[in-house]
Amino acid sequence: MQELQQILDDALRSFAATDDAAELENAKARYLGKEGSLTGLLKGLGKLSAEERPAAGARINQVKQQIEAALQARREVIQQQALNAKLAGEALDVTLPGRGTGAGGLHPVTRTLERIETLFHSIGYAVAEGPEIENDFYNFTALNIPEDHPARAMHDTFYIDGQHVLRTHTSPIQIRYMQAHVEQHRHLETMPDIRIIAPGRVYRVDSDATHSPMFHQVEGLWVGERVSFADLKGVIADFLQNYFETEDMQVRFRPSFFPFTEPSAEMDMSWKGGWLEIGGCGMVHPNVLKHVGIDSEKYIGFAFGMGVERLAMLRYGVNDLRLFFESDVQFLKQFN
Amino acid sequence: MKFSESWLRTFVNPSLSSEELSHLLTMAGLEVEEMVGIAPAFDKVVVAQVLSKEKHPDADRLNLLSVDVGQAEPLTIVCGAQNVTVGMKAPCALVGAKLPGIEIKQAKVRGIASFGMMCSAKELGLAEESSGLMVLDADASVGQSIRDHLDLDDKLFTLKLTPNRCDCLSLYGIAREVSALTGAPLQHVLPANFKLGTGQGRKVAVTAAAACPRYIGSVIKGVDAKASTPVWMVQRLERCGLRSISALVDVTNYVLLELGQPLHAFDLNKLSGDIEVRFARAGEKLKLLNEQSVDLQEDMLVIADSKHPVALAGVMGGADSAVDDTTTDIFLESAFFAPGVIVGKSRRIGFGSDSSYRFERGVDFAATQVALDRASELILDICGGQIEAVTEVAGNLPARPPVKLRTARVLRVLGISLAPEEIAQILKRLGMAFQQQGDEFSVTPPSYRFDIVIEEDLIEEVARVHGYEKIQPAPIQARMSMLPLRESQRPLSKLRQVMVQRDYQEAINYAFVDADWERDLCGNTTPVVLQNPIASQMSVMRSSLLGGLLGALRANLARKQPRVRLFEIGGCFARGERDYVQQERLAGLAYGAACSEQWGTTARDVDFYDVKGDVEVLFAPHGLTFEAATHPASHPGRSARILLEGRAVGWIGELHPQWQQRYDLAQAAVWFEIELGALLARNVASYSEVSKLPPVRRDLAVVVDENIAVQDLLGPLRGAKAAYVVDVGLFDVYRGKGVEEGKKSLAFRVLLQDTQKTLTETEIEQSIAQLVAILQQHGAQMRA
Repeated sequence: MQELQQILDDALRSFAATDDAAELENAKARYLGKEGSLTGLLKGLGKLSAEERPAAGARINQVKQQIEAALQARREVIQQQALNAKLAGEALDVTLPGRGTGAGGLHPVTRTLERIETLFHSIGYAVAEGPEIENDFYNFTALNIPEDHPARAMHDTFYIDGQHVLRTHTSPIQIRYMQAHVEQHRHLETMPDIRIIAPGRVYRVDSDATHSPMFHQVEGLWVGERVSFADLKGVIADFLQNYFETEDMQVRFRPSFFPFTEPSAEMDMSWKGGWLEIGGCGMVHPNVLKHVGIDSEKYIGFAFGMGVERLAMLRYGVNDLRLFFESDVQFLKQFN
Repeated sequence: MKFSESWLRTFVNPSLSSEELSHLLTMAGLEVEEMVGIAPAFDKVVVAQVLSKEKHPDADRLNLLSVDVGQAEPLTIVCGAQNVTVGMKAPCALVGAKLPGIEIKQAKVRGIASFGMMCSAKELGLAEESSGLMVLDADASVGQSIRDHLDLDDKLFTLKLTPNRCDCLSLYGIAREVSALTGAPLQHVLPANFKLGTGQGRKVAVTAAAACPRYIGSVIKGVDAKASTPVWMVQRLERCGLRSISALVDVTNYVLLELGQPLHAFDLNKLSGDIEVRFARAGEKLKLLNEQSVDLQEDMLVIADSKHPVALAGVMGGADSAVDDTTTDIFLESAFFAPGVIVGKSRRIGFGSDSSYRFERGVDFAATQVALDRASELILDICGGQIEAVTEVAGNLPARPPVKLRTARVLRVLGISLAPEEIAQILKRLGMAFQQQGDEFSVTPPSYRFDIVIEEDLIEEVARVHGYEKIQPAPIQARMSMLPLRESQRPLSKLRQVMVQRDYQEAINYAFVDADWERDLCGNTTPVVLQNPIASQMSVMRSSLLGGLLGALRANLARKQPRVRLFEIGGCFARGERDYVQQERLAGLAYGAACSEQWGTTARDVDFYDVKGDVEVLFAPHGLTFEAATHPASHPGRSARILLEGRAVGWIGELHPQWQQRYDLAQAAVWFEIELGALLARNVASYSEVSKLPPVRRDLAVVVDENIAVQDLLGPLRGAKAAYVVDVGLFDVYRGKGVEEGKKSLAFRVLLQDTQKTLTETEIEQSIAQLVAILQQHGAQMRA
């Protein structure tokens, strides 16, 4: 049985000696193939006596199993080595830039407006819109600004013709909305509250680093049976704190004058140790409510207006209003 | 309104610092826009008198002065100023004084010790330029601090007054307000003290009685028009922004500032006959004090003598009747003109005045006489003379109907509760007469307030004096209901995101554009025109967003940006039948490389089909059709109208080479513009059965003439609705080897599927045969 041991040793050695799958299979044939040495021994079993045969057969089979196990193990190693080599060859430079088109971005004014709309939406404000070419009634008269009123001089108006202007504020939207709201709820004893913001482009004859002939305003309006100046202060403070994401925001209201509100106030917010004017507001003037058919004894409203570019400039640190309208992609991309 | 703090403090002097006073005014609605000192900080500068002057032994241009500065011994000072004279008084900076930029030390000047410095106005920071020493009044008291002598610690306040607060367009008015806010006593203007002469007054007839409810004129004779205006008056006028002109004019200006009543002094001897206050007659002209001639209109109120208008009432006096150096007798006018009559006139003639500014807002009609008396008295003091007679014509002065104020309404509007006593207290401080019945007040506004008409006006007054700051913000409380959310409408923000994902940068351009853009790019020769554009290249309203995007492209190319992709959403304007029409649109423009420069991708320029793909994604899942059509902006062979369910909703095209050249573009830009409404509409989804059986695919390859559009085949193929066909698409276009010149090969993919059963070969063949027949009808040859 020394021969058997010899075969086992040879087989294990020759398996271990090769890294090549084909060579391994050739080596296998030398022991387990038709002409293989172990196969030879098995064939020789017939020559043995019936008494010797079982023991000898068992020994050969044991060696055969050992060889087959070694073979299988070696096959797996070689397979693994081949896979490893293949994977190594397929490695990428993962630091190469990704392919494809890039992404663009929103204009900072749009970004700002979307945030404003989202914040007000969260407290139940709908968004209202209106035309940019307005007639005299909606832009002025309905807002309690009669012809030749000195307050008209506060607005440097672009005129289209005797009756039409480029709207100087988004307030006409409020008038249009209130009219529609009154009409829609005419059959009710008490109409539901009006809660809207009216964002949009407005126009004034003015152009320098802090004035643009076209800019954006957002106005808010809340009309209902129980709305007060204290509520107005609450809404504005809440908005500014959330818009600027700071609890520290101080808001200051000081008396002012707008023909369409009474009492009226100018809103200032704390900024870098001082106060910064952020917009105007007040309780909707009874004449304005009268113009749209709302009983000012029963309903009270407040309105406010803010410059969107102003809010964007403060939020993002932009120092020149004109940049917003120059479409310089180097500027615009900073807000992507 | 600009005023001097120290002048204000002669009327009311609350114990507040300048800063506190400024804060008080701002928080009461009289916004202090600016508060500046008269002079920069400096000290140890006193009034000095030159006692003697002799030449510096070693320097021709210098003098040795002996100067009295109020100390025991005069000082020796070396001085180079050319205007030094013995006896003059001028500021002297003593040793140790810190002037703007320099500190004064005892020093030797060319070998002689100098104990201070005689100063010019410039050296004290009081003037930009000055030549020689600042000359002080002969009666200036030697040794007094120059700051005290010239009141240099005074501060100048500039108020940004709102149009309703005409009552604060005077020192007295502001003082009255400060007194109401602080409780500090108000110093009233003392009643005038003079004797009337026995001369004749001018007869005054007020024909336009409603326009001029009160007119008072006094005749003052024997005045010295050349008298010089006292220094204190010049100083106050200058600090309030008015230049000294002549004593007579200065007095009227002074009273205007002091009491807010515009006055006018006519040269009596230049007036002929009686005075009439009337509306102008057609064709009348008047040359005003500023030498401007005005063609008077019939709604303009004038002061006229028996021959012609001599002043545009409430705006400006006429040049021909103005006082000058030779004037000896004057007619001094103080009147109340109704705001509605004056308003708008200065805008119409193109210039206003301090007078029109006040009259159109409202002047205190109870102070007409007081102001006239005040001015008369000042004129007598300064110019001498005798008041001969006063003529007054009074009509119906504005009524001040009582305004109701309910305590409960104050609570409702402001959201704070104030006791009736507190409200009464506030009304009292504001000088408002009222009657109180329990919680209700009936308030009669004073003559100087033109802005108290309704209850809310009073509520604002109450809030203002109580303090807006004391109204606590209320937490938001509301009866909530959900806002509508229309699924058939895509949110605009989603649409913008699609553009962003397709690598477009959003731009916002002006809605007014160059008329050339409209003509060139839109063929629009009748745009909506602005009457008063800010610039000629911004004179018309856009009818398309393309011009703005093209302008933005050019600006970016000028900044060396090689690849520009922009989009804009905004209104486009046109004149409609009855009104102006505004349509919201989305437009995009792409220029330069299709993809940003990168490895592993062949660089190529963006083309029509890239942008068409962007448009298709915008509308997905809605399918679009594109039909070749010409647009003024586009290359005629590369331009298409975009149709959604057969309706034209926009345009896509490559910029016409002609405009590419005109606008200096190296390459063609591809653009599109779509009606926003069409993009926002979407269908609410509705389920249809999904097949569990796999689809069958058949490809159809055909050869067609080059001039046949793919849509001409694809449309009928899809339109045929052949049995089981669920999709027909184009997957290849081939020209070249194997295909005849002038033809192209097209390959269509057909997917067939049934929800219930596996299709038989016969069923498939029948449908395919139908499609093949359609292709052949349209001139296609099947490829083998």
